[in-house]
Formats: sequence, structure tokens, C-alpha cells
Amino acid sequence: MKKLIALALAALLLFSLAACGGTSDGEESDFKAGFIFLHDENSTYDLNFINAAKQACDNLGIKAILKTNIDESNDCYEAAADLADQGCGFIFADSFGHEDFLIKAAEQFPEVQFAHATGTQAHTKNLPNFANAFASIYEGRYLAGVAAGLKLNEMIESGKITAEEAKMGYVGAFTYAEVISGYTSFYLGAKSVCPSVTMEVQFTGSWYDETAEKEAATMLINNKCVLLSQHADSMGAPTACENAGVPDVSYNGSTAAACPNTFIISSRIDWTPYFEYAIKAAMNGEEIKKDWTGTIETGSVALTEINDKAAAEGTAAEIEKVKAGLADGSIHVFDTAAFTLKGKEVTSYLADVDSDADYTPDTEVVSDGYFHESEYRSAPYFDLRIDGITLLNEEY
Amino acid sequence: MSQPQKAKHEQLLHISKRAALPMWKSWLIRVLSVVASLILCAIIIVLFTGDNPIQIYATMIKGAVGTTRRVWGLLQNVAMLLCVSLAVTPAFKMRFWNIGAEGQVLMGGLATASVMILFGSKLPPALLMIVVILASIVAGAIWAVIPAIFKAFWNTNETLFTLMMNYIAMQIVSYFVYIWSVPKGSGKIGVINAATQAGWLPSLGKHGYLLNILIVAVLTVAVYIYLKYSKHGYELTVVGESENTARYIGINVKKVIIRTMLLSGALCGVAGLLLVSGTDHTITRDTAAGRGFTAIMVSWLAKFNPLFMVLTSLLIVFMQKGATEISTVFGLNDSFSDIITGIIIFFIIGSEFFINYTVNFRSSKEVAAQ
Repeated sequence: MKKLIALALAALLLFSLAACGGTSDGEESDFKAGFIFLHDENSTYDLNFINAAKQACDNLGIKAILKTNIDESNDCYEAAADLADQGCGFIFADSFGHEDFLIKAAEQFPEVQFAHATGTQAHTKNLPNFANAFASIYEGRYLAGVAAGLKLNEMIESGKITAEEAKMGYVGAFTYAEVISGYTSFYLGAKSVCPSVTMEVQFTGSWYDETAEKEAATMLINNKCVLLSQHADSMGAPTACENAGVPDVSYNGSTAAACPNTFIISSRIDWTPYFEYAIKAAMNGEEIKKDWTGTIETGSVALTEINDKAAAEGTAAEIEKVKAGLADGSIHVFDTAAFTLKGKEVTSYLADVDSDADYTPDTEVVSDGYFHESEYRSAPYFDLRIDGITLLNEEY
Repeated sequence: MSQPQKAKHEQLLHISKRAALPMWKSWLIRVLSVVASLILCAIIIVLFTGDNPIQIYATMIKGAVGTTRRVWGLLQNVAMLLCVSLAVTPAFKMRFWNIGAEGQVLMGGLATASVMILFGSKLPPALLMIVVILASIVAGAIWAVIPAIFKAFWNTNETLFTLMMNYIAMQIVSYFVYIWSVPKGSGKIGVINAATQAGWLPSLGKHGYLLNILIVAVLTVAVYIYLKYSKHGYELTVVGESENTARYIGINVKKVIIRTMLLSGALCGVAGLLLVSGTDHTITRDTAAGRGFTAIMVSWLAKFNPLFMVLTSLLIVFMQKGATEISTVFGLNDSFSDIITGIIIFFIIGSEFFINYTVNFRSSKEVAAQ
């Protein structure tokens, strides 16, 4: 045992000698920003954040420290505290489950500004150094939906399907407001140009499960869905579409490289504007807005290129037109005249904006003829099951 | 077959088991293999990234023990991995291949979380704590004893059985995480009883991990004594060596299998308790974080000796932490650090071969004689 300890010590000595030999902390930036990601660049969701973080820090000329593959557990708190130890003045985490652990770090490091994407608690916790952010991605989904509707129209006109057969499929993760808001806006976008459209939604019960997403997509295709879209982070659904030759509207970024024949368009959130805004605020010692919702104007809601091979003619022009309407307020995605709930128009809805374990509805969100999404907090809260959309499995 | 003519037909090299090496020799081989692995890794680093290997190793060390916080984090993670490793060891010693620790930990964690959620505001704190502890231990033990009963009575394959139980446990956890999710439908429970801290193990020490570490330290000694000096420990070793011998000397094999797996599962339940009530205060299907599988390696590398397992789990956590820091500092993908870790572990495992076996080359004299 003694020898063992001696050897262990010797090994440690060897290691520490090596440690002394190689250090050279030449680079000394004034401000550092720390980022925490659930996965690494192999996940489209995280890649979107990683690219934006690098871009924003480059633009601002500051040092970025990126921590990837951080679980939604105490590990997130440890990572955040470690970033604070390293002198980061701004710390960001990208996954929904990181929120509680980031708040714990925020309480401990009042001099550091913390920000979190997709979270819901900043406005209720009301810490001076913890903020939530999201984007009005439902507008992006709506625009992508317009592209889908035009494609359906093209299929109807060419006699490939009848107007009644214009059924879309959607692969979702959970029956969570973010997903419901996403598929509903996509559906309403399609419906705005193709009134006869219906949609089926299949849930996988996971944010990232390539096999389940592929299976769900295949099932929808077998159900005679003629066009698919998804809200889940893997390549499962796009791949299934490419294999079956069914047009697909993607999410989080272009999947054209893998699906050259079926990819139409994709919407995504560009986080660069938010990072630049929030880091600048942290650098100047200003408070970051508790709930920041990026829009088309801020450049946060972005669409990828349109794949002419799969998209209908005139898609680009129509999208530009609708985009202008959304920007000037003449079009509202959740216009209560555009959808019904059990055959009736919605005139009032109490949403659970201040999240609690009992899901108590607390805020009136319908006024001026439309549902005010992402206004009372940045994370979506639209969770109405509107007519025309069939949910195939509600267990999730 | 006739006796081969030794001088003429001897193979160029053959492998034979060697007599036990003196301790200093075997440790010399181990250290040399680590050094060799570091050299190979250095070559790979230079070839593929062009970075300075010494800097990379320095970063690795800094990442693992560079600050007080990191040292505590390291110890906490060692404690968690060690706890699961301790849990699988009695079963392994019995040659019962329990690769279901992941699921047993999850079930222990789920039981902990359930009691915290359902009774958090209903029971007085002391009673709640007792119920939390009992529930986690019982849940882990139940999850482990099911395959043990099937093995004892119907001789089912425990490797497959325990493996499959992991997936069932994950699905059950997913289900409850969805049921209890906040906000609705998000698939995330969040920190349980954040305001009241009901059912949380008390946090000791500056970084709050001291209690976890102490509990595992006590368990380590206890399992060591159990395996080495208790009658139970002796019995399960005999069952592992030969079931027939065990039966011959009057050991009730069925009873030993079931009893040992109850212990194995109970310890996994404790790991789940420490993770959920002592660390994360929430549960996800990733709470066990692969420790159930890494523990197999920890236990094997230490030859099922709980005291050596302190070292092997330290080694693995040290490299995991260091590797993560490499990917952060050098902007390398995590897979690269996994490759480095993999090479080092491969060499360490390989060194055990050279400690136990000797490679004999046909001597040049004999070659010349032919």
C-alpha cells in the first residue's frame, strides 16, 4: 500500500511538472462570455447556438468560453460557477432544463449577468442578473407554413392530390406550449394560402430521438400526409421524407445537403442579435431585459434559402409579401378570425404565463382580435388545440 | 495426436500465465503503460491538431484540479462513480454480471424524487428524510432482485436481463418526468421543493458535497470489510468460483444470489438517493449519466477491491474532467478527448495482460540450432 501511495505521488509530481512546463496565458481579454450547451455541434439545436455565440463574440471582439455536453443537472450549476470563476461577466445556457441550475449560480454570483434561452422563470424570480430570451419563431414557422401551403396548392393544381387530400404531417417532441405554438403557426401559415389543408401531429416524447422521429415521420407518410414538418432536433424526419420523396419543411437550419430533393425551406432563430445585445448590456453594467423576444425586425427570426427543386413557384415573392405584413402589424399569426376552437372563435384565454406546478392559468392573452404570443414572457405559451389539427398521441 | 517435437515446431511466440509478480514490478508495468499511452496520445495530438501535447496535458490537469471548486467537483463525481462501482462489485465477485446498475440507480433516484414530490409538504422533515432514504434503497433493491430471482430459480441470463431492465427504468422515469413536468408538457421537472428544500440531504462543506463524499467513504470501507471478512462475503466468493463447490460445502446458492443482488441494488439505490436528494434535486432519464456502465470498468480495473476502486474511479473521473476542459480550451470536439481517454484506459487495461501473462519468444539459439 505504501508503495502504491509513493507511486501515485510520483505520478502526480510528473503530471504537475508537465503542467508547469506548458502554461502560457498570453491572451488577456477585458471581457469574457461563457456559454453552456446541452450537446455539441452534432445537434442542430446546439449548433445553431454555437455558431451564433462565436459570431457575436467575434463581432464584439471578446473572448468566448464554450462548454459543450453539459447535462441538465447540477453539472450545469458547476459549469456556470466554473465560468464565473474564470472571470466571465456574461454566462448563457441554451437548454430548457438548465434554467434552475443557472438560477442557482445567478444567486451566488450577483456580479455576473446570466441569460437563458427558452426559460420561463426570469419574470417571476425577478433576480437583477437573470434573464430569459426567445424569439417570435412562430412568425418564422408561419412563413415556412406559407411555403408549405403553396406547395400543396401546386400539388392540387397539377392533379396530384385533391383539395381534400391536402393533409400535412408534423413530428413534435412533447405537447408542450413551444411545440404547440410552433405547429399551430405552421398550420395557420399553410392555411392562409391553402384553405382546405388539415394536419396530423405525432409526438415522440423526446427532444432528440432520431429513431423515434424517423418512425413518426414514416407513420405520417403512410397515413397519406403529403408534406411534413417537424419540431424535434434530429435528422430523423427529414431523412424519412427524402427516402419517401415527400416534401419537408425543416427546422433549426437547412437540411438541403442531406435532402436535396425534398427540402423546401427551414426557419430558425438567429441568436446573434440577442447575444450582441445582452453581452453589450453586461459589458456596460446595464440590466438585461428580463424577457427578450427577438423578432423579424431584430433579425432573430431567420429563414434559410428556398430549395427551388422542391418549393412551388413564386414562394420567395409570397414569403416577402407576408413577411412585410407581419412586420407592419397588418398580419397577426394567431388572428382569432383565422382559426376556431371546437367550431367557435376564441375571444378570451387565460394562459399559464407564470409557471407553477399546478399549471394555474394567470394571464389574459387574447385582445385586439389576436392571441398575444411571446409578449407577456419570451417563451411561448400558446397551447390551444385548434380545429383542423389532429393529435395522434397525446400521451406526451 | 502425438506429442509435438518441441525443438522443431515451437511457435515464434507463445503466451503463458506467469507467477505473481512482486508488487513493485507490477506497478512499474502499470506506470510504464500510462507513460506509453501519454506518448502515443501526444503523437496523435500533434499529427491531428498541431497543438502542443504538453499544453494539452497541462490543461487536462487544470481542468480536473485547477481550482478549489474543481477539486470539490472532482471528489463529488468520484464519490458518485465509486458508489455505483461499490454496488456492482459484490455481484461481480459472485460472477453475476449485473450491468443493470444504470437502471437500479435511476429507480432509486425516481423513488427519492417521488417521495419528495408527493410527501414534501405532508410529512415532518425528519420523517420525510427517513422515508426518502428507505424508498430509494428499496426501489434499487427491487429492481436488482427481479433478475436475481429469475437467475436463481430459472437460470435466466442475467446479463441480458439486467441490461433490459435499464431501458424499462429509463422509460418509467421518462413517463413520470412527463407527468410531473413544470411547465406543463415540457418534459422537465425542475428543482423539486426549491423553496422548502424538503427531502434534500443536508449540504455540508463549502461546496455542499461533503456529506455525499463522507457517505461513500463509509460505504467503501463497509463493502471492503463485507467482502473480505464477513461470512456473506466468503459465500458469494465461493459461489463465484464454483457453484458446485458452494453447493457441496452447504451454501444455499439461490439465497446467496438473491441476497447479494439485494445488496447490489440497495447500494445503487443509495447512489440514486445521493444524486437526486444530495446533488441535483431533480430527476431526468440522464441522472445516472452512464455511471452504471462506467462502474463496470472501475470495478474490473480494481479487481473488485473497493479500496483500489477509489483510485480507479479517481483516474476515470480525472480523465473525464480533464478531457472536457481540453475540448473547451482547445475548441476540439468532445470526441477527441474521448479518443485520448480511450487510449489511456486501453493501455491501462492492456498492462494487466502483461502483468498476468508472459510472452515467450522462440530463443535465437533454438532458431540457430534448426
